[in-house]
Amino acid sequence: MKKYRVVGQDVEKVDGRALVTGQPVFTDDFSLPGMLYGKILRSPYAHALIKEINASEAEKLKGVEAVFTYKNVPRKAYTTAGQGYPEPSPYDSFIFDKKVRFVGDRVAAVFAESLSIAEEALSLIKVEYEELPAILDPEDALKDGAPVIHDEPEIQGAHDPSRNIVSHVDLEIGDVDQALRDSDFVVEGIWETQYAQHCPMEAHIAIAYLDERGKLVIRSSTQVPFHARRILSFLLGIPISKIRVIKPRIGGGFGAKQEVLIEDLVALATLKTKRPARLELTREEEFVSSRTMHPMKVKVRLGADKEGMLKAIEMDILSNTGAYGAHGPTVFFNAGSKTLPLYNKAENVRFTGNVVYTNLPVAGAYRGYGATEGYFALECAIDELARKMGIDPLILRQKNHIRPGETSPIFKKLGEGREGVPQTVESCGLEECIENGRELFEWEKKRSLPREVAPGIYRGYGMAIMMQGSAIPLVDMASATIKMNEDGSFLLLVGATDLGTGSDTILAQIACEEIGIPVKNITVYSSDTDFTPFDKGAYASSTTYLSGEAVRKAARKVKEQILTVAHILLGASGDLVIEDGLVKEVGTGKTLTLEEIGLRSFYMADQRQIQATASHVSEVSPPPFAAHFVEVEVDTRTGKITPILYVAAVDCGVAVNPQLTRGQIIGSIVNGLGFALSEGLVFNTRGMPLNPNFLDYKVLSSLDIPEIEVILVETHEPSGPFGAKSVAEICINGPLPAVANAVYDALGIQLKKAPFTAESVLRLLGKI
Amino acid sequence: MRVQFKLNHKEVSFNVHPGESLFEVLRREGNYEVKGSNCRDGSCGACTVLLDGVPVPSCTILIGRVEGREVETIESLGDMENLHPLQRAFLENGAVQCGYCIPGILLVAKALLDRDPNPSREEIEEELSGNICRCTGYVQQIEAIERAAELLREERK
Repeated sequence: MKKYRVVGQDVEKVDGRALVTGQPVFTDDFSLPGMLYGKILRSPYAHALIKEINASEAEKLKGVEAVFTYKNVPRKAYTTAGQGYPEPSPYDSFIFDKKVRFVGDRVAAVFAESLSIAEEALSLIKVEYEELPAILDPEDALKDGAPVIHDEPEIQGAHDPSRNIVSHVDLEIGDVDQALRDSDFVVEGIWETQYAQHCPMEAHIAIAYLDERGKLVIRSSTQVPFHARRILSFLLGIPISKIRVIKPRIGGGFGAKQEVLIEDLVALATLKTKRPARLELTREEEFVSSRTMHPMKVKVRLGADKEGMLKAIEMDILSNTGAYGAHGPTVFFNAGSKTLPLYNKAENVRFTGNVVYTNLPVAGAYRGYGATEGYFALECAIDELARKMGIDPLILRQKNHIRPGETSPIFKKLGEGREGVPQTVESCGLEECIENGRELFEWEKKRSLPREVAPGIYRGYGMAIMMQGSAIPLVDMASATIKMNEDGSFLLLVGATDLGTGSDTILAQIACEEIGIPVKNITVYSSDTDFTPFDKGAYASSTTYLSGEAVRKAARKVKEQILTVAHILLGASGDLVIEDGLVKEVGTGKTLTLEEIGLRSFYMADQRQIQATASHVSEVSPPPFAAHFVEVEVDTRTGKITPILYVAAVDCGVAVNPQLTRGQIIGSIVNGLGFALSEGLVFNTRGMPLNPNFLDYKVLSSLDIPEIEVILVETHEPSGPFGAKSVAEICINGPLPAVANAVYDALGIQLKKAPFTAESVLRLLGKI
Repeated sequence: MRVQFKLNHKEVSFNVHPGESLFEVLRREGNYEVKGSNCRDGSCGACTVLLDGVPVPSCTILIGRVEGREVETIESLGDMENLHPLQRAFLENGAVQCGYCIPGILLVAKALLDRDPNPSREEIEEELSGNICRCTGYVQQIEAIERAAELLREERK
């Protein structure tokens, strides 16, 4: 494998110094004179009509500058989902509506001189509701006579709103029923995931103002600045040329900020008052009224022959998208498209199901994007099949997983809410992932130990394998601009949206590797819709792979321009290379600084700006692969599950920055362990969330984490920049099935509903 | 009312409302290095400052309580050109992702290392448990604090 100079190095995060010294880099670290503060009035009912709303008292309150309700805003159906155009999500949302569809839905917004005045004004808005019957269980959504949540005539793009169905799929490859009848072993089960929330440390926040040209500028904590601009233009009826979205540093997103949730309101306030306006969600609003993971019931049936070869896989899903369908179809499709190709030896595959509306919080994009829910079911079913056959689940996986040079018909059949694209897997280190993980974890040795380690204390050992994708093929586009200054330094302008992942650093490394300069010679700017070129934003495991290739292409063009000038200046006819920022003639050893090239280009001869822009769309979405192993301890007296050791072996192609890569892997594992052990919103019988805060919704702390070992299994993906694939999402999929399988190994109980609370363990043990 | 205290070793005096928290006053006065996750109940730790050397979530401290006392924010550790060994170790160990929790976590770590220059891994985990980091999964942060402890011990030699 080719040795790189910058790629593959643990380069210091380019924004790191600013972050460790607490510089004012986030959306809210910024204040404008005369700024108004916004607050949103939320629905106390799960499902209700607004019979009357009277804001006159609120409007009269001193210091209140704007009040918005359904009566004074444009009524246009749209989707909050920040996706490529046309969006695969239904147009079923309004800025404000006459109907509220979950506890926490928008009713009105106030902008005032201070937050406390805005809060007081909310209490002065008089609303008369007519409560409607609510759907609080996704199973009820499909029943005859169920309340219709979206009866508005404007709705577009939902499969059958009259039956609360957002998306429906009925896909079959081969003959699954026949294959199951012919199978020697068949297993079946239903696995259920919960309402989990992203919990970015920085809540959604946006500040709007008018610039000196009268342009609406929105500084927002968003993963999708360009999609936000397009959606706002549509929604507010103002041209894209009159809107500028700036993404400063982002305090985490994990998918929650792949949505346009508050930008419309600050925009309305600024357009109405001509004053800057700020709106930040409270932590409770972040939990209840932003977005969540899709709770899913995933039914899986597997059939295999005596040799342990899978013959059939059936996956049937009921996905709860909550009150609105943002990302509903695509997350559902991904639950199949990112899981089923893993076991491509099964020739008969069925993927069916529905995404339904309920009167509960709105699900959206969440790291893993459906694959997390799919793998929980699939990988637990694989273990059950292995038990039924009496073989090691590791061996069953080895027999059946996809390998380099192979494909799966699922790649073409299931895409983003529609057909996908066919592809052959070029780089796949899954075999090595399983092998290396097995060895470090000491799989066979551990599984031969007695499970009871102390009276009432049991240890168990479980595993799971998984894949994801890298970007959305033939849909999403990324671009990058690189400019050279006369001192030989560079600017990299990307629409790609670093939300804490380190992508600015990764993209700088890719640019510098291609040009032949050290990272200190480049400044990265991301993202500003007026000054950086288009990029779809940060989602779908795209940035390293897709934006990275756009950067590499731009860097190559810049390098060619530099070398053209260098040939003239050196009078050279032979090969030139750029190393550590110096142009060298191969053979003669003559050198030239980039500053000499810059000065000539700016001021002396053949004058021009050395710069290039390049764009990239991928025809494929090469999957990263991983094998996870976990050791857990279960106290059968309390029901508490404690993870002891977690080993993750991951193939993400070439790791551009191994240290940042390790951070992505560990971070996603700990988030996934949260799904497995403690996280979940709880609702009362009226659909009201009971634990929307960090004290009652338990995100894992430093005391709750196991020892985590990461193994990078390097492969070279030919379609990725310098061999790279994606890594940010894949590992969030492992903990749910791996922990459930480990608990089964310890105690012989099957945890099928997340989170695996102490209570659920004790119930399965028959102790309560 | 007026309140006077030491902020990063300098005497300061602000006009405040007695119902305000230290967090609100600091942010209002432009001390943007104090971040807040909007929990407002001390449960996330992002707005941690040192009050007389002890880490506290500034959103839970009524402003009257800091009269005459000493408040330190991340500014007291080091700046871009002169990083504190903790800041250096966090960068070198990949312990920073979005960075939002980092000022709070660094201050907790500083208070710990001031008290105990050679803490065990368990002590570090215990000390960090009041500060949520949703990005990193804590592992590289714990490693970074161990590394910083080493760097500081070497400096003292």
